[in-house]
Amino acid sequence: MIFKSTALRLRFGLEDGLHVIVRGRVTVYELRGEYQIILEHMEPKGRGALQLAFEQLKNRLAAEGLFDQDRKRPLPAFPRTIGIVTSPAGAAVQDIIAVLHRRCPILEIIIAPVQVQGDGAAAQIASAIRSLNELGHVDVIIVGRGGGSLEDLWSFNEELVVRAIVASRIPVVSAVGHETDVTLADFAADMRAPTPSAAAEAVTPVLSEVVEHLGELSTRCGQAMSWRCGEERQRLDLALAHLANTRFRILEEAQRVDGAVVQMRQAVQGVLRRGWEKVHSFKHELVSRSPEPHVRHGMTLVPQLLSRLEGVMRYTLNRRKQAARSCLTSLNNLSPLGILDRGYSIVETVSTHQVIRDASQVSAGQEVVARLAKGQLRCTVEEVMTDPSV
Amino acid sequence: MAGVKFEQAMARLEAIVGELEKGDLPLDESLKIFEEGIRLSKNCLKVLEEAERKVEILVQDKNGKKQLRAFSSDDDDMQDSASGS
Repeated sequence: MIFKSTALRLRFGLEDGLHVIVRGRVTVYELRGEYQIILEHMEPKGRGALQLAFEQLKNRLAAEGLFDQDRKRPLPAFPRTIGIVTSPAGAAVQDIIAVLHRRCPILEIIIAPVQVQGDGAAAQIASAIRSLNELGHVDVIIVGRGGGSLEDLWSFNEELVVRAIVASRIPVVSAVGHETDVTLADFAADMRAPTPSAAAEAVTPVLSEVVEHLGELSTRCGQAMSWRCGEERQRLDLALAHLANTRFRILEEAQRVDGAVVQMRQAVQGVLRRGWEKVHSFKHELVSRSPEPHVRHGMTLVPQLLSRLEGVMRYTLNRRKQAARSCLTSLNNLSPLGILDRGYSIVETVSTHQVIRDASQVSAGQEVVARLAKGQLRCTVEEVMTDPSV
Repeated sequence: MAGVKFEQAMARLEAIVGELEKGDLPLDESLKIFEEGIRLSKNCLKVLEEAERKVEILVQDKNGKKQLRAFSSDDDDMQDSASGS
């Protein structure tokens, strides 16, 4: 038989048919008269107890799917903050920090200090994994310790640790012992590193390489763009050349147009010149045939003619005046008034001033007028005598 | 998580470089992502240049509250005499 307290310390499960080597006290159970062995220690026959426990737990957890490959998450390419679950006093933490700093001297490293072996170590490891998850800014977790005996490494085979690793939101890298040491934590982790140093190498890029890569990307970015710009530039040049060609052709056309315009202008000027020449010659002819000399000649001739005309007129008038005057004298001589002067008189009727040449023209008593050289006489006819002899 | 943002920025930068090198995009689009790429690379470099090296240890104070404290190798906060290797 085995007491519960002892059984709890067993690291493997009891199975039917399991061969075990036990140590204990042989006693007699008096009530029944039987011998019994009080077990103080028990381990599987053939393999170590730990080995069996390892296999058993591994099978059980594997059956749960906790070690499935498709559970594994990729590690971040550029972690900024790295959580380390290990002993703060061990060489492992120094190795990890040294490698991390060598590769990437700008990391934030958070150590979650734990016991890595002995009672309570597993619980501390599991709790540390949860704490690092709670911090919120950790990118990857390294869980591990340096090399040791199977017993020393046992905490990393505990179910608590395995489940904490599986539950971690942050990818976990396990690094327990040396390359040959394999723990259940390794199976559960997203990546198994053979040693703590290897884990540190696995989680971080080399900063200089990142910077170099960044520089390369930036250069390629610029080159691609500049190549692209060159390409566009070429297209632009081509278009410009085409434009220049078109411009040349336009200039050529313009030149032809200019030539034509010059020709036209010359032609028009020729026509104009000939027209002007005609106009000039016409004008000259007109001037040469101007009536002005005639007018000028007339202007001198007319006054001469006029004065001659006037002279002729005066002469003629004078002659006529003289003729008229002599006529008048003659007339005066012939005038009856002249006869009157010589003592004759003219008898006229009063009413009609009819010259009376025949006495029969009047009757006795009739008044007549006798015109004298000077004055008149009103006379009454006394008697009419028709006999001329009287 | 700064690391995630950095990783996204790097991935975007890689994508931009690939896109630019393919040269399929129209020029203005190319210029746009080129500017983004230059900005990203500068920002990434700045992140790298400005990031400070820090080693801290997660400790619990008397009230059970967790705190980060600067860590030095001779830190004896946590004695683990039996620590391996």
